[in-house]
Amino acid sequence: MRAEQILHPTEAGLYCPPGDFFIDPIRPVPRALITHGHGDHARAGHGSVMATRQTLDIMAIRYGEDFTNTRQVAEGVTRIGDVSVSFHPAGHILGSAQIAVQPMRGPRIVVSGDYCRAPNPVCAPYEPVPCDIFVTEATFGLPVFRHPDPIREMERLIASMAEFPERPHLIGAYALGKAQRVIALARQAGIDGPIAIHGALQRLCDFHVEQGVELGPLIPATAADVPAQLVIAPPSAFASAWVQRFRDPVIGFASGWMAVRARARQRGVELPLVISDHVDWPQVTQTIRELSPSEVWITHGTEDGLMRWCEIEGIPARPLRLVGYEDEPE
Amino acid sequence: MRAFAHLLERLAFTPARNAKLRLLTHYLEATSDPDRGYALAALTGDLKLRAVTPALLRGLMAERIDPQLFAMSYDFVGDLAETIALLWDSDRDEDVPLHQAVALLSDTGRAGLPAAIGGMLDRLGPSERLAFLKLATGNMRVGLSARMARMALAQMGAPEVKDLEEIWHGLVPPYQPLFDWIGGGARPEQAARAPFRPVMLSTPVDLDQLRAFDPADYIAEWKWDGIRVQAINDGGTRRLYSRTGEDVGGAFPDLLDALNFDGTLDGELLVRRGSDVASFGDLQQRLNRKTVSRALLESHPAGLRVYDALIWQGRDLRDLPHQDRRAILKTADFGSDRIDLSPLLAFDSWDDLAALRADPPSTVIEGVMIKRRDSAYVGGRPRGPWFKWKRDPMVVDAVMLYAQRGHGKRSGFYSDFTFGLWDGDALVPVGKAYFGFTDEELRELDRFVRNNTTERFGPVRSVAPKLVLEVAFEGLNASSRHKSGVAMRFPRISRIRWDKPATEADRLDALKAMIP
Repeated sequence: MRAEQILHPTEAGLYCPPGDFFIDPIRPVPRALITHGHGDHARAGHGSVMATRQTLDIMAIRYGEDFTNTRQVAEGVTRIGDVSVSFHPAGHILGSAQIAVQPMRGPRIVVSGDYCRAPNPVCAPYEPVPCDIFVTEATFGLPVFRHPDPIREMERLIASMAEFPERPHLIGAYALGKAQRVIALARQAGIDGPIAIHGALQRLCDFHVEQGVELGPLIPATAADVPAQLVIAPPSAFASAWVQRFRDPVIGFASGWMAVRARARQRGVELPLVISDHVDWPQVTQTIRELSPSEVWITHGTEDGLMRWCEIEGIPARPLRLVGYEDEPE
Repeated sequence: MRAFAHLLERLAFTPARNAKLRLLTHYLEATSDPDRGYALAALTGDLKLRAVTPALLRGLMAERIDPQLFAMSYDFVGDLAETIALLWDSDRDEDVPLHQAVALLSDTGRAGLPAAIGGMLDRLGPSERLAFLKLATGNMRVGLSARMARMALAQMGAPEVKDLEEIWHGLVPPYQPLFDWIGGGARPEQAARAPFRPVMLSTPVDLDQLRAFDPADYIAEWKWDGIRVQAINDGGTRRLYSRTGEDVGGAFPDLLDALNFDGTLDGELLVRRGSDVASFGDLQQRLNRKTVSRALLESHPAGLRVYDALIWQGRDLRDLPHQDRRAILKTADFGSDRIDLSPLLAFDSWDDLAALRADPPSTVIEGVMIKRRDSAYVGGRPRGPWFKWKRDPMVVDAVMLYAQRGHGKRSGFYSDFTFGLWDGDALVPVGKAYFGFTDEELRELDRFVRNNTTERFGPVRSVAPKLVLEVAFEGLNASSRHKSGVAMRFPRISRIRWDKPATEADRLDALKAMIP
């Protein structure tokens, strides 16, 4: 069986005809396999959903228990139609997985979803999965993206908190994954006191703690007077009246995009923190070299840069031009 | 270099002036000589190094990266130095002292420069690479004036801003004697000729406040709408300083040539055609230029209207009463017909002066100055001896069109407002204002914006055009850069007209008619 017969892009997302399922579909389908819980990959309303236990839990937290008719926890190798599938840690967020699709005869395809190879205290590390076709994201698919050591970014935050001790530091971080990682990194960097969190983060932080991720003392950032210098909130909160309770805050944002000044300026950020849950350029190119697939498919992001690199390296590559995935979803 | 890179990055993203000052002061306190002096000079644009060209930098990259990947990267990042700082492939991360980087850029010959720059980039981490490249291209763009630098220095020790201003222009990077003085050492001798002297400033006043004073104790003169300058010829060394001590002579070679006297004068820089004084808009054409074309020198000649003398023919007059300084000026020969003395106004009562102020003989007058006859010339803004009584601002009723979120103390509040006037059936944006309202009014405006948003563009919202803002402003220029064709000076919101329907706001034609 040729690769395109096993997996190909459709308007609803990546479709596998021999297994009759979609991976991370962007509209409701009868059967979906979900790589991770971010809103643009995990949507409500599918007939059945197969994902890691943590991703299923996260979907239930976000969409309610009735987000799908039937759930299936991904464990070991599972036969679906004429293919076998297995889930492997992607190192992106809690519960994130790559999905390996193995036909009876034909190439083994690994859909990595969003993945990251930097150590992340809130999830299991990325695991290389040998394959013939590697389906990769290219969110940061340009050689300008070399994410620094996140602990150093935390040291910059701590330096700013010391330099402006009277100003609350409000750090924007996406509610699922990034927020908990920033909190865990802050603990690692030596911030022991209470960290205030916006209401939209509460349930997902609680879930991380239940799953054994240490986040330390967290207090709600909902009172008129928030007794913590460090406050974590989803970026959308900065446009709301919620932020008005803070006097002269330093607004920060934790994202891989912050490596580029123009991007940080567009956000109106005073303290850009380069903290990313995606592979950067050295990681994505190293991963492709390591797996040495016979072909690379690129799902979304700045695919032109990675396409060009594959061309130089003599690795066959093609963009899937999947629509509906955001750069870094909320 | 690490601390310098960190400072640059913070300054680039910090909008508030006081926060910038704190960052700079902390850096200067924590950094040793001579690095802090070089940093200060780099930030204020006073560090003259060999300017590395974009072509040289592109050449460096051409050897290291596929041209297509470079082009994609540059296109994404949008800034050459930043693109290279991010692309440079090196895992070393040394904290090279800033003075070493400065020495490399000032001492390396043209032929050796590419290799030297490449070698330095190899040693640095990404932020430091960017700082080094910004240093090399002479393009810091962090919005730090020499005045702010002096304010930061004044926070470090005993010398005050005015003390620093006195000696500033005799100093060269890395300013070792200056830092020694701040650290408790001796005051550096003023080495330079034609030094800047702190300017005497006035406080605002109104008719009610003036009634407490005897008009006989005061003189009055027009407040001209140009640029307050200090014009010096010190034994042949000619300088023009702004009132904050920036050397602005480069843009006004014609006026420098006309300073054929020996002394330090305080006056207003104006564009003058014969006896006519041209508008501030004409003067603006002459500002911030590195070179001035001959055509512009002829069409927009600069002149000086003298208010006062600090030093005249070797004698320091600053301790004399104003009337004695004025008597000396009255008989003085300024050596050029581009320079004349600001005439005094005849008045017996404050009501006389009010009548004069209400009907000035020129549109380039923005009110009257009132000075005690016995006042010494004191740098700074002493309360009492000098008053400014500005003309009433112009106002229009405009409609709020867009609102943008503020920073710092205004985080989360829509506090910057773009407003427009009617042109036919459409509202044309004419300006932007972000002050003039109270904190309570800010909360009301914020609520209005949130409840009337029609579209969002990042931090900007467009709002339903229904709130009328009374906008006050100090002057108006024709402008080809603005869609409306006009540019306001110091626009602010003087009243919020919750009561007035948007259809009754002013028309663009009415505003254009106010252009002098």
